[in-house]
Order: sequence, then C-alpha cells, then structure tokens
Amino acid sequence: MKPINKFNAGAGQPQEWDALELELEPELRQSLSDFKASVHAWSDAALNRPRTVATPPARSAWRMAAVWALAAVLLAVAVSGGLYERHQRQQEAQIAAQRAAGQQRGQAAQQAVSSEDLLANVDSDISREVPSALEPLASLMTDNGNQ
Amino acid sequence: MATANGNAAQDFDSVVASHRLQIFRFLLSSTRDFDLAETLTQECFLKAHRSWAGFRGESSAMTWLMRIAINLQKDHWRNRRLQFWRAASANAVDLDEAGEWLPSGERTQEQLLLARERVGQVWRAVDGLSERQRTVFLLRFVEDLDLEEIALATGMREGTVKAHLSRALARVRQQLGGKR
Repeated sequence: MKPINKFNAGAGQPQEWDALELELEPELRQSLSDFKASVHAWSDAALNRPRTVATPPARSAWRMAAVWALAAVLLAVAVSGGLYERHQRQQEAQIAAQRAAGQQRGQAAQQAVSSEDLLANVDSDISREVPSALEPLASLMTDNGNQ
Repeated sequence: MATANGNAAQDFDSVVASHRLQIFRFLLSSTRDFDLAETLTQECFLKAHRSWAGFRGESSAMTWLMRIAINLQKDHWRNRRLQFWRAASANAVDLDEAGEWLPSGERTQEQLLLARERVGQVWRAVDGLSERQRTVFLLRFVEDLDLEEIALATGMREGTVKAHLSRALARVRQQLGGKR
C-alpha cells in the first residue's frame, strides 16, 4: 500500500492522519491488503472473462415484429368487425323504417276507403229522407209512378 | 491540424489503455455488478473522449477519469432510486462470492480460508458504508490514491476525505472484531 506522506495528506492535520494509518493493527493492515488483492484478482478475471455473442436481441426483434403484426391484424379485425356491425344495424334500421312506413300507408288507405263508404251511405240516407209533413205526398208520388 | 488531431487521438488511446482496468476495477468494487461496471466504464471513456480537448492537465488523467466515473456512478444510483420497483442491487454479486477472489500465494489452506473470511468481513463492512465513505475507502485502500488525489477525484475537501476514511476504517475495524 502506497503510504500517505505528511506533505500531501492535507493542509489541516497531516500528522493526525499519518498517525491514524501508522496505527493500523497488523491484522487490519493484512486484511486491507488481502481485500485489495482480492478486488484486483476479481476485476482482472471479470475483464478477461469470455463474452458470448448476444444473439437474443435478433430473436427478440423477430418476436417484436411478430407481436406487432399480430396486434395490427387484431386491431384491423376489431375495427372492421365494428364497422360491419354498424353497417348491418343501419341496414336493419332502414328496413324496419320502410316496413313501418308501408304499414302506415296501408292503414291510411284502409281508413280512407272506409270513410268514403260511410259518407256514401250517409248521402244516400239523407237523399231518401223527406220531411214528415210531405210523407203522404211522397207516397202518392210513388203510387202514381207505379200506376 | 490533422496531425494534431491524430496526436490527440493517440494520446487518448494511451490514456484508455493505461487506465481502463483501474476505472473498471473501481466501478466493479463500488457496484459489485460486472455488466453495470462495464457499461459505466464505457460511458466514462465516451464522456472523457468528448471532453478530451478541454482537458488541460491540471490534475492527472487518472484523477480526471475517476471523477467522471464517480459522477456517472452517482447519476446511476440516483436514477435507480427513482425506479423504486426494481431491487437496488438486482445483478450485484453476493458479498461472499466477491470475497472468494483471493490469490493463494504462499499460504497454507487454513491461512487462505482465514484470509478469505476476513476479506468477506471487509466486504460486509464496505457494504454498510455510506456512498461517500465507500468511495473514499475504495479509492484509498484498493486504488492506492493519496488524500489529495481522492479530494480531487471526489470534489471533497481533504479534511472531509480524512473524516470519511476514519469512519470507514472504524467500521471495518468493528466488523473485524477489533478494539476501536
């Protein structure tokens, strides 16, 4: 371990620090020295360890592409399904509206026919009626006509 | 102009060659994570390369690079702290595993086991230090930097460096079962 000399050990209390380091017990000094040797050996080994070629990213890129494609297909299916359903509903609504309109028209025509018959009956009834005071005369006219 | 650029590039190449291991070692001992240490080392030299033209040599290249590495490490932990759902040391090597790396030298098997045990205890003490104490401790006792260099690399005053070192040593002593 490189000793710290008292001239570069700080402006304030160089002697204090020197004393602190010099006072290191042999056991502690040895432990620190072993610790240093251990870290050096570990980092040397770590830096020189064999490295594997990173192939997984390529596979994961394909996987990502497949996932995106699948997501796009699902999205397209969902959107087109929604549009188709909407179109179907619109068509059904149009047909229902047309049916309702046809039914209304039929009902209106029937109502018109029945009211015309009723009016005709009323007209004929009214045309046959004569005031009660003229009833005998009317009957005479009918008799003369018969004769 | 081209020659000057070429010289600068050569200079930088030699700086990388001389200091790469030291920077990597400091980052590895700080993080105990191979991949992270490698990534931060690369970032450190990338950053250094970008500002190489502005390096005036007021401090040594080693101190300058170490300062960049320390700042990168700080940024990393700051960002990591924000990602609260991740474990802070997800890829970090176990403390016992870190302590296994000890050259046998001329020791007997028993001595080697004892030394490994002590190294493991030092790791445990280092793990319990604050970020600053750990940085200062590793720079002093693993990288052999003196107080002035540590102060330059960390941006602390020398008095503060001494205080952190004293506390770190006290912690290691305590872990090893010493009196102080």
